[in-house]
Amino acid sequence: MGATALRAPTMDVRPPILEMRGISKTFPGAKALRDVRLDARSGEILALMGENGAGKSTLMKVLSGAYQADPGGEILIDGVPVRVTDPQVARDHGIAIIYQELSLLPNLTVAENIFFGRERSRHGVIDRAGMREDCRGVLQRLGATFGPSTLVRDLSIAERQMVEIARALHTKSKLLVMDEPTTTLSARETDRLFALMRQLRGEGLAIIYISHRMDEIYALSDRVAVLRDGSYVGTLEKHEISAERLVRMMVGRDLAGFYKHDHQTSRAPGRPVLEVEGVTDGGRRVHPASLTLRSGEVLGLAGLVGSGRTELARLIYGADPLIGGAVRIDGVALTRPTPAGALAAGLAYLTEDRKAQGLFLDMSVQDNINFYVCGGDARGAGVLDRSRGKQRALDAIKGLGIRVDRPTTNVGSLSGGNQQKVLLSRWLEVGPRVLILDEPTRGIDIGAKAEIYRTIDQLARNGVGVLVISSELPELIGICDRILVMREGHIMGEVGGDSGTAINQENLMALATGVTL
Amino acid sequence: MIAKSAIKTTELKTADAANDDAAQAAAAARRQKIRAIVQVVGMLPVLILICVAFDLATGKFLTARNIAIVAQQASINIVLGAGMTFVILTGGIDLAVGAVLAVSAVTAVALSTTGLAWAAIPLALLSGLILGALNGSLIAFFRLPPFIVTLGAMTAVRGLARLLGGDTTVFNADLPFAWIGNEYLFGVPWLVVIALAVIALSWFILRRTVLGVRIYGVGGNPDAARLSGIKVWAVLMFAYCASGVLAALGGVMSAARTYSANGAQLGTGYELDAIAAVILGGTSFVGGIGTIFGTLIGALIIAVLSNGLILMNVTEIWQLIIKGLVIVGAVALDRYRNKGSART
Repeated sequence: MGATALRAPTMDVRPPILEMRGISKTFPGAKALRDVRLDARSGEILALMGENGAGKSTLMKVLSGAYQADPGGEILIDGVPVRVTDPQVARDHGIAIIYQELSLLPNLTVAENIFFGRERSRHGVIDRAGMREDCRGVLQRLGATFGPSTLVRDLSIAERQMVEIARALHTKSKLLVMDEPTTTLSARETDRLFALMRQLRGEGLAIIYISHRMDEIYALSDRVAVLRDGSYVGTLEKHEISAERLVRMMVGRDLAGFYKHDHQTSRAPGRPVLEVEGVTDGGRRVHPASLTLRSGEVLGLAGLVGSGRTELARLIYGADPLIGGAVRIDGVALTRPTPAGALAAGLAYLTEDRKAQGLFLDMSVQDNINFYVCGGDARGAGVLDRSRGKQRALDAIKGLGIRVDRPTTNVGSLSGGNQQKVLLSRWLEVGPRVLILDEPTRGIDIGAKAEIYRTIDQLARNGVGVLVISSELPELIGICDRILVMREGHIMGEVGGDSGTAINQENLMALATGVTL
Repeated sequence: MIAKSAIKTTELKTADAANDDAAQAAAAARRQKIRAIVQVVGMLPVLILICVAFDLATGKFLTARNIAIVAQQASINIVLGAGMTFVILTGGIDLAVGAVLAVSAVTAVALSTTGLAWAAIPLALLSGLILGALNGSLIAFFRLPPFIVTLGAMTAVRGLARLLGGDTTVFNADLPFAWIGNEYLFGVPWLVVIALAVIALSWFILRRTVLGVRIYGVGGNPDAARLSGIKVWAVLMFAYCASGVLAALGGVMSAARTYSANGAQLGTGYELDAIAAVILGGTSFVGGIGTIFGTLIGALIIAVLSNGLILMNVTEIWQLIIKGLVIVGAVALDRYRNKGSART
């Protein structure tokens, strides 16, 4: 793979804007980066790919000065070696990084955010009017529809990203790093962001772009650099990029039977385990919705972001107040519409936001897995059965291939894919009749995805009814027996099963957008 | 040119890479082990250091007699600190413990002179349970901020203490439960026995029961706790009730020691000492992280400072200044020491 990094001398004689060489980073107990290199040139979009835990974020944190690399490596900017000792140094050298968790101050205006830390003043008094005027230009250049005095908390996620980009441009950045910028965007917002990124590339900016989404990589990038297990694997030029090649580089092997499920032979759905009738939150986000999920069936729930999928799932689970409708599990109506009631009846829900709403990051893998079931395992007077808890944790670690050395390790120190497996284990240990999985593979690496698909298939074979919410249509098409599609709080229709409509991307998009292709 | 030289260095490095990695991994494992030990013992080295320093300065600090005195002085704060640990672990705070202590002490002493003398202690503890339950319900069911609820309770319950005691000092020279404050079990003061029993029980609840796991869970991530199907309100109710009952127990201990209780003065500022003990013990103010063992050490550090400074004839004014600085300094040291543990 090293050969692809060598460039023909005719292409570009200027040094790259950024060159990182021999970067290593050791954490206690783990070597996160091992002699990694990376270069980015002006006027290109470089995609950085790799499984979660491959070292992408760590490498970018080294670049931003948030982490210090081990001695021995070097970072060159415009061909000159620099020591990025803290984030301010990186900013001074024209490096701007936009993280997944945006770093804006919601109660300040757009202008105040763009100027934060570099406020302009006249005779010691802050010059608000001047700052507003000054960033109007940059906002116009980005095609923003909001003004400099808008409060950031009133903006959508996509608009907030635009503010971050505006701030980067305003500080005359030469290199923009974007860490999975599209995970929380709708399709339309994503398109707009891509148009903007292409415009910035045309203006001579270098953009490093981290993503898991293969289609985005095709659409956008000029080159793709791949990391695996903290090491540099290689770089593909635009004409060399293909899905198989990237997957092979990322995983180090071919992926056969990725989605596991072959539609014809495998599973035989039985009687209904979950019946939802006219469930609604009073019409705010979810209009009365009904569905039936049978034992041994994997039912997909598709729809654009904001179509009410998560809201419907939370209503079924009792996480939000149910205004109308009924939920039956195994034919028995849920009397208490709370998560505790749902779980007692055999319905579990895996949240879409594992860090904010799922895991206890400061607690151990073992405590996270046993958090619910330890109540049932307990001996008299609520005393923990610790050997049982440890056994459950060890079984889950082995069964799902969670990469962790001890069950007492804090879950916060694991990679995204392993965290997701821990959270999934918590619900598998319950032995649910119905399992709702909300974006079960969001932001996790390919290896972990395959493991989760395998688990879903296994659950269905064991007679569990599985409802999967996902924004990735190929995923739903790959693992589901049939798929319901939501739009603006309504269930618009069904594909697959007895509906007479084939499971394919066109039919799903037609229902999700209301536009027939 | 640049690319070529980069590749050359790469090849040179790979030759030694295996050795290098093994050595670094071993070093990293060693560092992790040391950090784990440091986290378990927490502030214990600071406590020992202060004790040795006082002994060197006065020559009479580390005597059996003086240690018993210090432990006795620490005992009430240890009990309050244990309750406060439950509350702070859930991400809350209880500012009312000093006032609850006063209500309990007044109740116990006042009842001890009546026909209900046998019920003095149970009813005193019950008063703490009721007040804690009131705080807990306002926080768990009405979702009011713990700081505001217990700030209000601190004032209102103080008023209640004065009301119950007729706004004077209640006194009973023949206090039936005076043994708690003045007698010994196998040479150990009962006050100390009770404090250690409370610590042991708290440890058991936090580390060995389902409830303990849930307390840490509710403090660490309340949203996740609710979605995980546990009754968050029940956990919060337990924490504030425990804090109330333990504050009341502190009141009984205090009354037993002095044969008296004054509703206006008793226990003022105790809530701050209890919070200081918890924070000194390394418990996170936002909840979800901390140990009861840390609280014990924290309370002992505060008591040792008071006692040692008196032995050194430091004036009360300087005692306050030094105590305050030590609390802030010790916590700053703790933060500095734990800073290296980056998440990977």
